[in-house]
Amino acid sequence: MGKSVIVIGGGIAGMTAAGMLARQGYEVTLLEKENETGGHVAHWDRLFPDRRKASEVLEFTGEGMKDVHVARGISISRITRQNNEFTVTCGMQDAGSVMKSHFTANALIVATGFDLFEARRKEEYGYGIYNNVITSADLEVKFKSGKGILTAEGKIPKRIGIIHCVGSRDEKVGNLYCSKVCCVTGVKQAIELKEMYPGSVVFSFYMDLRMYDRNFEELYYEAQQKWGISFIRGRLSECAENPDGSIVIRTEDTLTGKPLKMTVDLLVLLVGFVPAAGTASVAGMIGLKTGTDGFVNPADSHIQNNLSGIPGVFLTGAVKGPVSVTEAIADARAAAALTSEYLTASIEEHA
Amino acid sequence: MKVEGKRLIWNDYQKEIAGDNYFYVRSCVRQNFFPGAEKTFLRYMKELGKDVFENPSHTTCSGIGYHSDIVPFETAMTMVARQFALMTEAGYRNFVTSCITSFGLYSEVLETWHHFPEIEEKIRVHLKNATGREFVKPENLAHASDVTFKLRKEISDAGKYRLVNHVTGAPIRVVEHIGCHYSRMFPSKGVGGAEYPYVLVGMIEEWGGEVIDYPERRHCCGFGFRQYLVKANRGYSISASKKKFDSMKPYKPELILTNCPGCPMFLDRWQYAISEMEGTTYGEGGQGIPVVTYEELAGLLLGYDPWDLGLQVHQVPVEPLLDKIGIPYDPEKKFLDKEGNSMGQPKSPTHLKFY
Amino acid sequence: MPDFGYTITKDRQLDHDHGDFRYISLVRSFEPSLDLCIGCGSCSASCSAAGFTDFNIRKLHTIIRRGEVESVKTELKKCMFCGKCQLVCPRGVNLRNLIMAMNRAIELLG
Repeated sequence: MGKSVIVIGGGIAGMTAAGMLARQGYEVTLLEKENETGGHVAHWDRLFPDRRKASEVLEFTGEGMKDVHVARGISISRITRQNNEFTVTCGMQDAGSVMKSHFTANALIVATGFDLFEARRKEEYGYGIYNNVITSADLEVKFKSGKGILTAEGKIPKRIGIIHCVGSRDEKVGNLYCSKVCCVTGVKQAIELKEMYPGSVVFSFYMDLRMYDRNFEELYYEAQQKWGISFIRGRLSECAENPDGSIVIRTEDTLTGKPLKMTVDLLVLLVGFVPAAGTASVAGMIGLKTGTDGFVNPADSHIQNNLSGIPGVFLTGAVKGPVSVTEAIADARAAAALTSEYLTASIEEHA
Repeated sequence: MKVEGKRLIWNDYQKEIAGDNYFYVRSCVRQNFFPGAEKTFLRYMKELGKDVFENPSHTTCSGIGYHSDIVPFETAMTMVARQFALMTEAGYRNFVTSCITSFGLYSEVLETWHHFPEIEEKIRVHLKNATGREFVKPENLAHASDVTFKLRKEISDAGKYRLVNHVTGAPIRVVEHIGCHYSRMFPSKGVGGAEYPYVLVGMIEEWGGEVIDYPERRHCCGFGFRQYLVKANRGYSISASKKKFDSMKPYKPELILTNCPGCPMFLDRWQYAISEMEGTTYGEGGQGIPVVTYEELAGLLLGYDPWDLGLQVHQVPVEPLLDKIGIPYDPEKKFLDKEGNSMGQPKSPTHLKFY
Repeated sequence: MPDFGYTITKDRQLDHDHGDFRYISLVRSFEPSLDLCIGCGSCSASCSAAGFTDFNIRKLHTIIRRGEVESVKTELKKCMFCGKCQLVCPRGVNLRNLIMAMNRAIELLG
């Protein structure tokens, strides 16, 4: 066919869309800023709700990309469009030197994804200051390493606190939106910690538990019934450190209406999604519209969810807002299908 | 605890502080609570070659009445405008306050005017009608602890003593307590922000001490204006201070350093009241934990006589701190006035060790 | 003690580090379904006693779970044992037995 597509972003959504289009015979180039594809999923141990290995999902997706030309270490400096052809100008890191390069294609898929909320911005939680305050992403890295989860002092944490909505639903950090996947991630991680250390107690502090998808509520039920995890409705107000390095947390137990103080040996902050640093610049180069939250707005939120409003430019994954891995994959397939439809139509147009 | 983490936050809250030529306004209450503190500030500023101007006809900013729900905001703003007029008339542009609540109120007024210029215009009319005065807004607003923070190295260089135990060489363990109105209303207006304020920490570090971070560090001292000013409410105030003492005790602090009029008052006086009411003391061997203001501490390290600093009117005796640092003092002169006459001596507390 | 005209107030903050968890461990062993509570308040909303007193069954079992018991001891007696709470609970908590379990734990431990 000779038609080509450039996918910007090599996370799970970009990889899925790229693979699907390549398998349909299009010439696909995937541009990734990091030196490896896989995005956030590559750093994650297990996925909710069934706790399957993230690496298996990544492996499956990677196998589907055999015919995709992947360019790594890319930073995009310019995107232009002329006669239905896109030119992406990049700097490429190669053996330390930056080489300029151009890629051209008939369609673009923007899959720049998300960054994790920088937990340090919640100053009062003490991430980066108190040694035993970690993020959910740090915890996944520890799980993945298989070395066990110990406190900074090298001890088994006897009491563990998990804090929901860190950087989400929080106007103070400018993020009014819900990051959607943290709730179930918190429940999953609580179970995994309890499984690892049955003698430890795990407390989850939440505002609402949004168990929106299939088998999520069941996982929450299991966390209560089988694992005895305590869910306390109240948002963390601040942390402090005890002389022994343990963390004092202050919340309100909103169900008894009293302020509550508790010491934990390890505190896990469930960090939410923020638009990827690269999204704003890519959006600016193409002329994509972003919402006040910084995520890219699709042409229509219901029926044109993968369209950008610019012919030949498609959107997929967390560039449009928080999504789960499952949703990112489904969304990427939809974006690929629509891209294929567009390219086929434009072939017929010119025939 | 990773101090580097705090430094990253401190970097986010760097504040512009004028280097010289300050128009200074006093606190309503500090000269009663800690009679030597403001005088000491003026003394070391002069010795460091800085120009600090005071106009004797300046008044309260009315913040104490504002926070006690007595003075309406419009009146408070007009009072503030008059202070600015005095500064303008004296040819100054850098406004320095002694009081934390004043600093908070001035910040609040300037911020209000910034967002609602029509209110500023209205206040200008009020001031003109009432006093015939006009004003230019300050170019730089700082608390005197900001200025002292800026000069911390100069003070250290000029100092005779370090915040170090002169026998063991160990740093003095210091708890710092920041007044609520310093940076909680406007984190960007305080050195280091609101969660980990750096203004006193920077002095302690520079002068050789060790900063103690403890769980109830952020807790209010309990002054709260109405909570103290109405006697029946004072249980609320003392309980708040007690919560802090109970939390800091395991860290064995040797000094509490403050930058507010109310906090040193309550952290000092309540240690006495708690010891009388419950028999509890928080220092070593029945001692209290000495509480000083940053001006008093700077004065001590600069070698000023402790009794000239007014440290004898603190309810928690400061002698254990003086002994640790190796600062000489004459116990015989503790309760003598300038002319060498006795000022009278307080009754010895029941539990708190007295000198 | 000198009378200064004010007193030192006891902190009303729940101090989870120093809670008394003997009660909840007994209650849990008598009625494990309590763990499934999601704090929705259906039980207290449907409660016959709640309409006429400040009895709040949802709050009482939450307080016990947080390691406090004193306020629960007298409050529990207000329950009329009608069982409507159990009927509405979306998580299937056996509330009638839970109330018995709390009473038993208080009886045993004092």
